[in-house]
Amino acid sequence: MKRRQFNKALAVAGALAAVNPFAIVRAQAQKLRVGVILPRSGYLGFIGQSCQKGADLAPGVIKELLGVELELMNADFESNVDTARTRAERLIQEGAHVLVGPFDSGAASAIAQVAEQRGIPFVINIAAAPQITEQGYKFVFRNFQTAGDIVRNGLDLIGELFQATSTVPRTAVFMHVNDTFGQAMAKGINAVLPRRTQLPFKIVDQIGYDPAAKDLSVEVSKAKATNADFLLLVCRLNDAIILRREMVKQRWQPMGIVSPGSPGMYEEQYFKTLGKLSEYSISNVPWYNPKSNMTQRVEAAFKKANPKDNLVFHGLNVGFTFEAILIAADAFKRAKSTDPKALAEAIRQTNITEKMSLGGPIKFNDKGQVEGIGSACVQNLNLLPTVVLPQEAATAKPVFPVPGYKKT
Amino acid sequence: MNRNRALTPIYLLTGLAAILVALPFFVGNYALSVATLILYFAYTGQAWNVMMGFAGQLSLGHALYVGVGAYAAGALFFYYGIGPWAGLWLAIALCVALGLVIGFLAFRFGISGVYFALLTIAFAEFTRIGFDHFGWTGGPGGMFLRVAQRDTWDLANFRGPPLMYYYAMLFLTAGAFALCAWLLRSRAGYYWQAIREDEEAARALGINAFRWKLLAVAISAAMTAVAGVFFAFYYNNLFPEQIFHISRSIEIILGPVIGGVGTLFGPLLGAAVLTLLSDGISDALNALGLDIPGVKQVFYGLVLLCVVMFLPHGIWPPIARRLRL
Amino acid sequence: MPAADLVANVVVSGILTGLVYGLMALGLSVIFGVVRVVNFAHGEMMTIAMYAATALFAALKLDPFLAMLPVAAAFFVFGYLLQAGLINPFITRPEHSQFMLLVAVAIILVNAMLMVFGPDARNVQVDYQLESFELGPLLVDKARLFAAIAAVVAAAAFFAFFRYTLTGKAIRACADNYLGARIVGLNVKHLYALTFGLGAVCVAIAGCAMVLLVDVTPPLGPSYTLLAFVIVIVGGLGSMGGALLGGVLIGVSEALAGLFITPSAKSMFSFGLLILVLLLRPQGLLGKRA
Repeated sequence: MKRRQFNKALAVAGALAAVNPFAIVRAQAQKLRVGVILPRSGYLGFIGQSCQKGADLAPGVIKELLGVELELMNADFESNVDTARTRAERLIQEGAHVLVGPFDSGAASAIAQVAEQRGIPFVINIAAAPQITEQGYKFVFRNFQTAGDIVRNGLDLIGELFQATSTVPRTAVFMHVNDTFGQAMAKGINAVLPRRTQLPFKIVDQIGYDPAAKDLSVEVSKAKATNADFLLLVCRLNDAIILRREMVKQRWQPMGIVSPGSPGMYEEQYFKTLGKLSEYSISNVPWYNPKSNMTQRVEAAFKKANPKDNLVFHGLNVGFTFEAILIAADAFKRAKSTDPKALAEAIRQTNITEKMSLGGPIKFNDKGQVEGIGSACVQNLNLLPTVVLPQEAATAKPVFPVPGYKKT
Repeated sequence: MNRNRALTPIYLLTGLAAILVALPFFVGNYALSVATLILYFAYTGQAWNVMMGFAGQLSLGHALYVGVGAYAAGALFFYYGIGPWAGLWLAIALCVALGLVIGFLAFRFGISGVYFALLTIAFAEFTRIGFDHFGWTGGPGGMFLRVAQRDTWDLANFRGPPLMYYYAMLFLTAGAFALCAWLLRSRAGYYWQAIREDEEAARALGINAFRWKLLAVAISAAMTAVAGVFFAFYYNNLFPEQIFHISRSIEIILGPVIGGVGTLFGPLLGAAVLTLLSDGISDALNALGLDIPGVKQVFYGLVLLCVVMFLPHGIWPPIARRLRL
Repeated sequence: MPAADLVANVVVSGILTGLVYGLMALGLSVIFGVVRVVNFAHGEMMTIAMYAATALFAALKLDPFLAMLPVAAAFFVFGYLLQAGLINPFITRPEHSQFMLLVAVAIILVNAMLMVFGPDARNVQVDYQLESFELGPLLVDKARLFAAIAAVVAAAAFFAFFRYTLTGKAIRACADNYLGARIVGLNVKHLYALTFGLGAVCVAIAGCAMVLLVDVTPPLGPSYTLLAFVIVIVGGLGSMGGALLGGVLIGVSEALAGLFITPSAKSMFSFGLLILVLLLRPQGLLGKRA
């Protein structure tokens, strides 16, 4: 509503053009304008929409918590990097004080450049490519694990999983999707795994597959032929579904499917499409703490806005998107101004202990990266993603190996 | 009467140039980034036009040259800190070589029309998947170029504010326009037109069609390589999936086809119309509250359909006729 | 060196899938061979057929094999109208115009699907989908086998039509000699539209079969278009046997390339094959030299 009126006003103002090359409307506002850039269409559409739910409930919850007024300016970058760049420019032009988003590393990189150029703080909700916080940016902040962190945490959790279930798998076949994210994870795993000598297993084969592939029968045949104890998988949603089905068709039932950190197996679509077949898949991912206060608040707000939905399917997406906006609001409260430099400085000083995600407080290092974000071992139990490790946050015990396991 | 006709295009051109040069003083950064995008597509469209409009060869894999040019210059910068001006030459050399290979193979084996188009698609796709597995340039994870600063004009490293990129692109587009105008009126231009109209007749007249077609391919590839270098230093991240994708190749040809294949103003007009249309439709739909994903592209496709059906030679020729050019 | 039974399984799977691809390519071969129009919306049409099958399944629990009948009928009408109404004036226009027309159609179709069905993958869930036949060391996917059989039956029906019926011969006449056909009095416009309709029927059947093997999302369209073209070129334009053979060849080669080299590069192999065929034997394996 507000944005449309604002657009009309801007059009008129633009015609009378001030000789102001930046045209940034710096309103002396009591409201913080948050530009939310997400992929609500295109191949990342369903994830973007999931994140959007987190954004939509943020103003209400944050108003209660911090007494801060937020105005969301939503933009859809259509899963396209170029569009991400122009949408970011647009949002800044229309007066966004801070940008939040975008879920995808490629888009994050493009938006980061725009934000840095225009001096507008950008808080990344979800994006794993390490380079984004290695470019020396002063206005870009990320409250999410880098691929390296995800791998380290993921492998550690795998070790915990084996200890908790007293199993000692010796071999694993590593399958990964061959895109930006999958490659970064594969690199991470190959670097970190050899040094984790307390982990009992070795990777006997590494199979990369095309994320757009619809037929993964060859890949699964190859994996099955390795006779590995379990499947280590870095995937996305659609291919995870295809792989699972193919495994059934080819009658391959290893000890389990474990992801050291990737989307897919905890998403709603995975359950809806696979039904019982989705049981027991494990994803070690940054997750929200089901027992924290903040989570309770967000869950309540989520239930109210989405009565037919369940937060647990959107945990990661909603949690981190909400937190990104929380960071912006918290900084606004401390800075008491919408001036971008002041906001950026305030964000740099962030120290939030009451939060939704697992791990230590939200504090940015000098690269704009939060360290110490925790991961959880999330297993599909009773058709719900359930936290089984670490024990403090667990609501059930892990199951490994899976009941149908046949040693071939 | 004749004198006026010869002068009107000059007036129009100067007027247009003046507007484009003065543009940054009247609009904000967002409009500037849109304008830069329009010029980029106008430039690449013009480059593609040399091959299609002049030599009649339909290339549907032009993203190949953008990608190779971008990665060449990008890799030099990433690994050796070599600036874009030197990287430019490697980019052009590689792309010209590539273009010549494709052209040679195609023309020597008598491949034309749809088959040639498919050949170009095949090369682009092959390269895309190849780069996806080429670790040295980052594979699917992409290549991220370091951006030192954005405030002052550093032409040596091609780093600076959006204003610099805008003027650079404007300069390139103007240069391409001038080059094509000159080519059209040169001997090469006449030979190309002859070949395009009827290759056998041209050959019968003694024109070495093979050599002239290769020249068109080489020039087109070289020009597109420069666009690739610009792309690398403007966007600073290169992903094979995006830069070599067939949708990019289609984007490149949309401008000239809508504007008018083989004409000088076609690519620029087409690029402007398409970009502004795309933005305009987005805004209109937002205003109407129709935020369903896909609606914008459906409208876009419908407009495209209408133009293709009712203005088969593009938007420019009827306008040119009106302006009595 | 992978074990023999692994290779055998992969090859069998490749052949079966290849037959379904072949049927899709058959439609394109027929359209391209006769009407000489580059149908760059072919893959999108296939994707619509797949969506239609999922919609019918969701609404009526109709098995995709049964859905083939209504979907094929609808597609025949759609293809006929598309050709007669939209594409016909473009036959004499330059290639880039034809191409842009069909790209526009493709853009509209893909995004209409996105609007109607959303970006999530859709599929059918029939009981036999996750079952397989065990033949010694071979594990043959049931759904894949049935789909392949359907493809072969449909292809055989098409062969018979074009070889033995009067209309089929008339269409082949148009393809061979446009001017001659008109002189002889054939209603070429109608025959072209008929051909396009028939090509669309191929796609419809292939789509209904494919939906048992693959989940459908809007971006599938363009990749199938490319695949269809690769198969048609490799197999030979205008040769129906060539389309099936090309399909099987591509299916098997991609499978083997996936097995011996890295799976994510298997499409590279197909494109490499396309380049080689274009250069060395442009009429394809079974095509006639023009």
